[in-house]
Amino acid sequence: MPKLTINGMEIEVERGTSILQAAEQLGVEIPRFCYHDKLSVPANCRMCLVEVEGGPPKPVASCAMACGDNMVVKTDSPMVQKARKGVMEMLLINHPLDCPICDQGGECDLQDQAVGYGFDRSRFYENKRAVTDKELGPLIKTSMNRCINCTRCVRFAEEIAGTPVLGQLNRGEDAEISTFIDELVKTELSGNLIDVCPVGALTSKPYAFKARPWELRKTETIDVHDAIGANIRIDVRGREVMRILPRLHEDVNEEWLGDRSRFSYDGLNNARLDRPYIRDAESGKLKEASWDEAFAFIAQGLKGLKGEEIAGLVGDLADLESVIALKDLFKRLGSPHMDCRTDGARFDTSNRAGYLFNSTIAGIEQADSILLIGTNPRWEAALINARIRKVINERRIPVGVVGEAADLTYKYHHVGDTLAELEKMVAEHKGKAKTERPLWIIGSGVFAREDGAAVHRRLYELAEEMGVVRTDENGSWNGFNVLHRAASRVGALDAGFVPQDGGRDFSEIIQGTKDGSVKALYLLGADEFDVRGQVGWKTFVIYQGHHGDAGAARADVILPGAAYTEKNGIYINTEGRVQYARKGSSPPGEAREDWKILRALSDALSDQLPYDTHAQLRARIFEQFPHMAQEDTILPADWSAFGAAGKISGEGFKNPLSDYYLTNAICRASATMQSCSTAFLGDRSLAEAAE
Amino acid sequence: MFDQLARSFLLTEIVKGFSLTLKYMFFMPRVTINYPHEKGPISPRFRGEHALRRYPNGEERCIACKLCEAICPALAITIEAEPREDGSRRTTRYDIDMTKCIYCGLCQEACPVDAIVEGPNFEFATETREELYYNKDKLLANGDRWEAQIASNLAVDAPYR
Repeated sequence: MPKLTINGMEIEVERGTSILQAAEQLGVEIPRFCYHDKLSVPANCRMCLVEVEGGPPKPVASCAMACGDNMVVKTDSPMVQKARKGVMEMLLINHPLDCPICDQGGECDLQDQAVGYGFDRSRFYENKRAVTDKELGPLIKTSMNRCINCTRCVRFAEEIAGTPVLGQLNRGEDAEISTFIDELVKTELSGNLIDVCPVGALTSKPYAFKARPWELRKTETIDVHDAIGANIRIDVRGREVMRILPRLHEDVNEEWLGDRSRFSYDGLNNARLDRPYIRDAESGKLKEASWDEAFAFIAQGLKGLKGEEIAGLVGDLADLESVIALKDLFKRLGSPHMDCRTDGARFDTSNRAGYLFNSTIAGIEQADSILLIGTNPRWEAALINARIRKVINERRIPVGVVGEAADLTYKYHHVGDTLAELEKMVAEHKGKAKTERPLWIIGSGVFAREDGAAVHRRLYELAEEMGVVRTDENGSWNGFNVLHRAASRVGALDAGFVPQDGGRDFSEIIQGTKDGSVKALYLLGADEFDVRGQVGWKTFVIYQGHHGDAGAARADVILPGAAYTEKNGIYINTEGRVQYARKGSSPPGEAREDWKILRALSDALSDQLPYDTHAQLRARIFEQFPHMAQEDTILPADWSAFGAAGKISGEGFKNPLSDYYLTNAICRASATMQSCSTAFLGDRSLAEAAE
Repeated sequence: MFDQLARSFLLTEIVKGFSLTLKYMFFMPRVTINYPHEKGPISPRFRGEHALRRYPNGEERCIACKLCEAICPALAITIEAEPREDGSRRTTRYDIDMTKCIYCGLCQEACPVDAIVEGPNFEFATETREELYYNKDKLLANGDRWEAQIASNLAVDAPYR
């Protein structure tokens, strides 16, 4: 443990800590461009120079110099100031200084540090270097003249994203960042290149020239495009979301964010439901209505129906408040038919350990072998894939895949497609396994088949045999992880929005609409199945949600709700982590927050729900589920048997997603996501069409 | 008593008064101007009606950096921007609410390209408030109309900046 002095303050740090990190621990600011705490250290910008007394008689790069015992470091001596000024002058020689037209202006590291550490005029009168801009796809806009060659983007693409298509070409003044022969940066994490770029060389294309950082109202909230619940910040001007940025949360998303979450915000303004609609009995067309008319229409439609004839489904983006309000409403209506698994998954919902990501996302880093079962984490949860890649980069642990093979950006062993192959593998390795902490990630898609519950049981047994869950002298380890795809899923499962006693599950409800035993269907944002094609034509369908998508197309009544940026809501991610989303803008037109709609509807059905304010509703939720009152905590689940024994078909596991970019109603309404799908996956769909 | 009587009968005060009037009328230099037809001198730094300028080739100068919007103490400026077809950064909307404006001149101080300026025109009174909500077309038209004078004013003031 070396002990050193920085600016007269003593500190003891871990071996291998760089001077820059030690200074950061002390709160001493050292300017830097190329250093990034999640990336490797190239030490090529030279901005972090400091003076080390007794060391070489020249400034040293603090990001690359490890702390030594009895070092005396000065970060603000005349030598350091002169060195920084010189480095800054050199960086600005080839920088175009076009801050007024640069989107980074106002939040630019170079701008800030030039003011803080630079010189106030230039002594350079030659022509500046010019570099051609690169085409990186529909998300990233390049302005390579502004590049200061810090290579953060190169390192990010190679180390974190695993798509090594960026690199630095040529030398000296001709050095430039480029892609290998005009390739696009095909990664789900490409938006993070914009964040890591310290200058305005890589900026967001959809956000280009739209707004300035100082005009935006910032709200810290939670992402809902996958079940990770990445922490995000939404920047709003007026009531329009201008951009979405990640927030630091080491246990969830570190500081990265998937492209779907970052760039789909333009979908929040397209195809929105901004007023209630009811279907005209004569013409069969939807016509605009007032809230009172819509509620009266629903009361009329539900009149005389018994509880067993009504069913409810909850979609992928619903907040917990609305789920619980709907559950309360259904209890009052006397209906046991409710389900949140609109992908048709059948697994045992009685045991939380059976559907949570038990090891937690940060726990992936402790694993010493990983098995992916019926999942493509790159698409289902890009940040979990990045986490797996991080572990592999650090410790070369073995990774296996059961199910469809896909490009995961790292090497893995493809065990096979079916559960039988997994059984064979477990039988081979049983007792001989060298791994202490094996980690299984099971895609929620593996349960979306007839024998889902039996698969669930078999996976439990296999996990037991393989020692995926153990408690011994080294502490306890639960490596049995189910990876969900929908933000609302775990919350709804925890809240018990599943078939009650004698209730039907998703496929039975759908079957019921066809044979006439389910006469009314309430869809709370359920868009992820073919509503028009599957729901029987006689069923009275009430759709509550925010986008005119699959559900609204079939609905008899549409109640316009709020999207995730427009309401305060609780979301529980795939780990079981309770997180609160916060309202950043207001819903458009007549649309309202979802729990309010359900509360008002209960009035119209003359059976009032017992809460008038959001606080009362929350209080009720916390009373029923005390663990939800603690933000950012996980209630661990006890390990015990789950699933139901049964016959298992020999069918192989399929990856449920066919397109990373168009997975929910918001994405499908987003022009950016559509163009991404064409640009990045276009050749794939062509290849499929040719097959 | 006699003095007073003499003054009253000989009308000396009236004669005095009229002579002063006639002196100013015929022999002294004028101190008023015939306003709508004549105008007083104004400084090259005069801060009058706003204008958006163009480059000599006709390209508008404004690059939508929004610094004027940020600095405006009266919040009179509203700007929206997006990329033009050629990819350059331009405003789609540039509004100044002249009823809010306090003519402080900070917008032209903030402008990095001398696009927004307060020109020499002070005669823009209107009959309705709506006419004082200037949009981009109006401001550019102002620029075209006053360009010669604005340019010479800026040139005269340049040594002091």
